[in-house]
Amino acid sequence: MATATFSPHVSRHQKEILNRILVTGIALFVVILFLAPLGYMFTTAVKSDSQMSDPNAPAYWPHSPMTITHEGQEIPVFQVPMEDGEIRELGLVTRKRTESWFIDPDNPEAGEIHWVGNWRQLTPVYEPDAQWQNFPVAFEELNFLRLLRNTVIIAVLGTLGAVGSSLFVAYGFARFHFRGKNVLFMILIATIILPVQATLIPTYILFSRIGWTNTFLPLIVPHFFANAYNVFLLRQYFLQIPRELDEAAMIDGANPLRILFSVILPQSIPALTAVSLFHFFFAWNDFFTPLVYLVSRPQLWPLSVGLQKFNALYGRQPNMIQAGALITLVVPVVVFFLAQRVFMRGIVFTGVDK
Amino acid sequence: MTTLDRVEPPDTAAISSPVRARRKRLSGKERWERKWGLFFISPWIIGFLAFTLLPVLATLVFAFTDYNPVRPDDMSFVGLKNWNTLLHDAKVWKSLRVTVTYALLAVPASFIFGLFLASLVNSYFLVGQNIFRTLYYSTSMIPVVAAGVIWGGVANTQTGWLNLGLEAIGIKGPDWLNDPTWIYPLLVLIGLWGVGNLMLTLLAGMQGVPNDVYEAAVIDGANGWQRFWRITIPMITPVIFYNLTLMLIGAFKYFDLAYVLKNGTGQPQDATLFYALNFYKNSFEYNLMGYGSALAWVQFVIVLILTLVLFGTARHWVYYAGERRS
Repeated sequence: MATATFSPHVSRHQKEILNRILVTGIALFVVILFLAPLGYMFTTAVKSDSQMSDPNAPAYWPHSPMTITHEGQEIPVFQVPMEDGEIRELGLVTRKRTESWFIDPDNPEAGEIHWVGNWRQLTPVYEPDAQWQNFPVAFEELNFLRLLRNTVIIAVLGTLGAVGSSLFVAYGFARFHFRGKNVLFMILIATIILPVQATLIPTYILFSRIGWTNTFLPLIVPHFFANAYNVFLLRQYFLQIPRELDEAAMIDGANPLRILFSVILPQSIPALTAVSLFHFFFAWNDFFTPLVYLVSRPQLWPLSVGLQKFNALYGRQPNMIQAGALITLVVPVVVFFLAQRVFMRGIVFTGVDK
Repeated sequence: MTTLDRVEPPDTAAISSPVRARRKRLSGKERWERKWGLFFISPWIIGFLAFTLLPVLATLVFAFTDYNPVRPDDMSFVGLKNWNTLLHDAKVWKSLRVTVTYALLAVPASFIFGLFLASLVNSYFLVGQNIFRTLYYSTSMIPVVAAGVIWGGVANTQTGWLNLGLEAIGIKGPDWLNDPTWIYPLLVLIGLWGVGNLMLTLLAGMQGVPNDVYEAAVIDGANGWQRFWRITIPMITPVIFYNLTLMLIGAFKYFDLAYVLKNGTGQPQDATLFYALNFYKNSFEYNLMGYGSALAWVQFVIVLILTLVLFGTARHWVYYAGERRS
């Protein structure tokens, strides 16, 4: 029984290490699978057109057809099946429909090699090569700066309106007592389940009557009237701020507006940041509303609509599409990684307390 | 809802709180509170009337007309015509089937995957918990149109990594984007990219379970699996309930990905003709806004019924910290 008294101690420690390796390994594996589509996006974005259209081209990494310089000219290199069954990589010098002349890149002095067959049916030789110029091209074709400007205008103004108005409304719900307040708050929360479609048509008709369709206004103005998510989150936060602070300010003669701006607001920066980020991302990502109101005015498209139209237009050029997608991701990804702590905490705050 | 109780404490709290008792006597103070309270919430009241209540009612009115934005002055009331068309419109029934099919696949898949990720990043054995949380969450930040564009590439049969990956393990992948059956698993898969919110709320729920409950279970001899099903899951049912409600409502709003992947055509064979897409096509492509209004109201009623049913069942399975709510 000597081993039995010895092994439990070691095996518990070993078991812990083993568990750590196992769990972290699983997590790593899932991350790789989970983020693999981003890998596809990155690698495809820098692939050449010829790699995209050639089924025999290397699948994963960006390659482009290899060329060599022969007598001052760039000539392509192909995989040429020779009569003895060997496949040689040769540069194409003279091309004709039924016969061609090649040169061996490793031994150009040996002279031209005659080959019978249609050179168009040959597979090109690929070498690893990233087409960085896809990005400037996609940037131009996408009209990225215009899309970005439109998106920023819509998102920034909408966020200002949504957060500013929600600040007021949340303060009203958090600090004042009056009859019917609970019913009103319940109605506010109930609007979460109301589908946007249920209000869209009359709103659209109204906006088109007053000439607001094909402008940014329908995407911005309605946000100036607060919304359930923002009010809920801010109100929860305000309820945690001690009332004594309000009351002290009130004794000093401050009216509620002053209290809101000088007592509540400075205390609520984390919540306001979270709400601003939520709305900013919501407005940035919104596709349905701009599609409804701006579809016939490409000059005003935000990134979401612009990228969708780009995707539909460049269906045969996945490399261009992925380059475009990557360009549109830069801003949200940077903002997310800068603000992820505030952001992720805010989600938990809204999601769990309900 | 728990939060509503917190706003207006029950009578016992009013008696015990001296501030509140004093307020009862001061009706001037009450008027003052009312004035300022209404002042501060007025933006929402105005917005609610102008952009929610009136439009919802107007939608109902338009549902009895043949309003067409191309010739708005020709509008006339057509009685029950739109409702009758709707009942016999094969596209409407198809779109309902599409929406329900998707929801039946996506909701369980999201919960299973969300619970899996939440348990993983909550695990004591995981090295670098915060990094993994951020990484799993990060895809939720990708704008839905970009996600659709990326996955449209990943799922394409020539150069997409999905089928290349399957091929590597010896499976010949289907034509995800053009097969009316396989498009659903693809949509569910893309949906899992947005599982971050679910993961974080489930995680917070799990971390809120008191440790002594687990300790008591360990003493009683419960293994890890039993602890998960008998303690963790019941204790996080409020989070599950909240997310389930949002997901079911979301299914009837599902639009963006269906539109991006198939350019709004509803292909293959109307397999991506979600309810909201059918609504959009009728209202804004065919300009049948009267009919669209009827579709919108049906959607509203379905969502309302779903929500009420969910809330009705809640007291049988949702656990609120020791108290059963009715």
